[in-house]
Amino acid sequence: MNLLELLGYFNYWVFAIVLCIGLYTVIAKVNLIKKLIGLSIFQSAVFLMYITMDKVEGGTAPIIQKGVEDQIFSNPLPQVLILTAIVVGVSTLALGLAITVRIKESYGTIEEDEILDAD
Amino acid sequence: MILVFSVFLLSLLVITALAVVRTENLFVAVMLLSIFSLLMAANFFVLDAADVALTEAAVGAGITTVIFLGALALTADQERYGRQASRVGLLVVSVLAVLIIYSTFDKPRLGDPDAPVHQHLAPWYLENTPVYMDFPNVVTAVLASFRGYDTLGEVFVVFAACIGVLFILGVAPGGKVLERDDQDSGLKHHLIPQVVGQLLIPFIVLFGLYVQFHGEYGPGGGFQAGALIATGVILYALLQGETAALKAIPRPVLMGLVIGGALLYGSVGVACMLMGGSFLEYSVLHSNPIKGQQYGIILIEAGVGMAVCGALLSIFHAFAARPIRL
Repeated sequence: MNLLELLGYFNYWVFAIVLCIGLYTVIAKVNLIKKLIGLSIFQSAVFLMYITMDKVEGGTAPIIQKGVEDQIFSNPLPQVLILTAIVVGVSTLALGLAITVRIKESYGTIEEDEILDAD
Repeated sequence: MILVFSVFLLSLLVITALAVVRTENLFVAVMLLSIFSLLMAANFFVLDAADVALTEAAVGAGITTVIFLGALALTADQERYGRQASRVGLLVVSVLAVLIIYSTFDKPRLGDPDAPVHQHLAPWYLENTPVYMDFPNVVTAVLASFRGYDTLGEVFVVFAACIGVLFILGVAPGGKVLERDDQDSGLKHHLIPQVVGQLLIPFIVLFGLYVQFHGEYGPGGGFQAGALIATGVILYALLQGETAALKAIPRPVLMGLVIGGALLYGSVGVACMLMGGSFLEYSVLHSNPIKGQQYGIILIEAGVGMAVCGALLSIFHAFAARPIRL
C-alpha cells in the first residue's frame, strides 16, 4: 500500500481520534459543562465521518449547472442528514445547558462528585 | 495539493480538540470549541459539502459559542479537578480508537466512486431533481421534498427543544439574585465593537435573507438562513444590551415565529392532502407539477427559517435574561 492510498484513510483516522477525545471528556471529566463540550466534539466527529463518505473523486458540490456536461457530483444524501443534525444538535445542547444552569442554582456547583455528595 | 491542505486542516482539528479537553478554564475551552467548529466547517467545504459548511459556520462557530457563554455566566468558568486524568477512561478510549482505526481499512478510501454509498439512492436524486423540481441545488431538493417528512421531524425537534429550554429557565431561580443592570450590559462603552458591529449587522441579516430565498439555486436554505439572521440579532443584543434587542423583536414575536414556522410547514402538508395529493406532495399545489414543487419548497423553507430563527433567539434570550443566583 503506497502513501497516497494510506492518506485516503486519514479522514477516518481523524474521525476515530476526535470521537475518542470526545468520549474521554464525557466519561472522565466531572464538570457538567465540560461533559457537554465533550458531547459536542463527539457529535462533530460523527458529522465528519458522514461527510467524508459523501466525497467522490473529482466531484463538486451537488449543485447542477445547466449547460455543463459530464459533471461529477458528490453524494447529496449524507449532506442533508448532517445539515439538519447540526441544527438539532445545537437545540439539544441548549436543553442540556439549561438543565446544568438549574443544577448550579439548586446545588451551588456543577462538579458531578460534589452533586452526588450533596444528595 | 488539496490533499495536503486537507491533512493540515484535519491535524489542526485534532490539536484543537486535545486543547479543549486539556484546558481547565471553561471560557478558554468554549473559545477553542468555536475554532474547532470553524475548522470543521473548512473541512466540510473541502469535502464538497457547501451547505453543511455554511450551517456549521453559522451554528457551530456562532450560536453554540454564544449559548455556551450565556450558560458559563450563570454557572462557573473554572473547572475544579481538570488535571486529574482517569486511567481507566484513557485505557478504554485508546482501545476503542485502535479498534475503529483497524476497522477503517475495510472502508472504501476517500473519494472512491465505486463505494456502496454512491450506488443506491444518490444517482436517482441527482438524475431526478432537474426533472421534478427544475432547480440546481440537489441538497435543497432532497431536504425539502424527497425527504420532507424527515425535515418536518427535525423542525419539531427544534421546536420541542426551544419549548423545553423556556420551561426549564422560565422558573425564577429563588433565593437572593443579582439583577442584571442594563446600563452595563452590552458593549455600549466600547467604541470599536460598536462601530464595526453596527456596520456588520445589516449585512449579516441581508445575507441571511439571500441564503433563505436563494436556497434552491446555491448553498443555503431555511436552516442556514434562520441561524444567520439569529446571529445578526444576537450581535445587536451584545452591542446594545439585551433590552434593546427585545424591544426590536419582542418575545411574543419570537414565539410567533417558532410556532408559526412549525405550523406553516405542517399546514403545507395538509394543504397538499386537501388538494388531492398525499402529505407533503407539493406537485398538486399548482396545475404545473414542477411549479407546485417549487412553491411548496419555498413555503416550507420559509417555515424552517422562521422556526429556527425564533427558536435560537428564544434560547439565547432565556439564558441572557436569567438573573444570577448569589
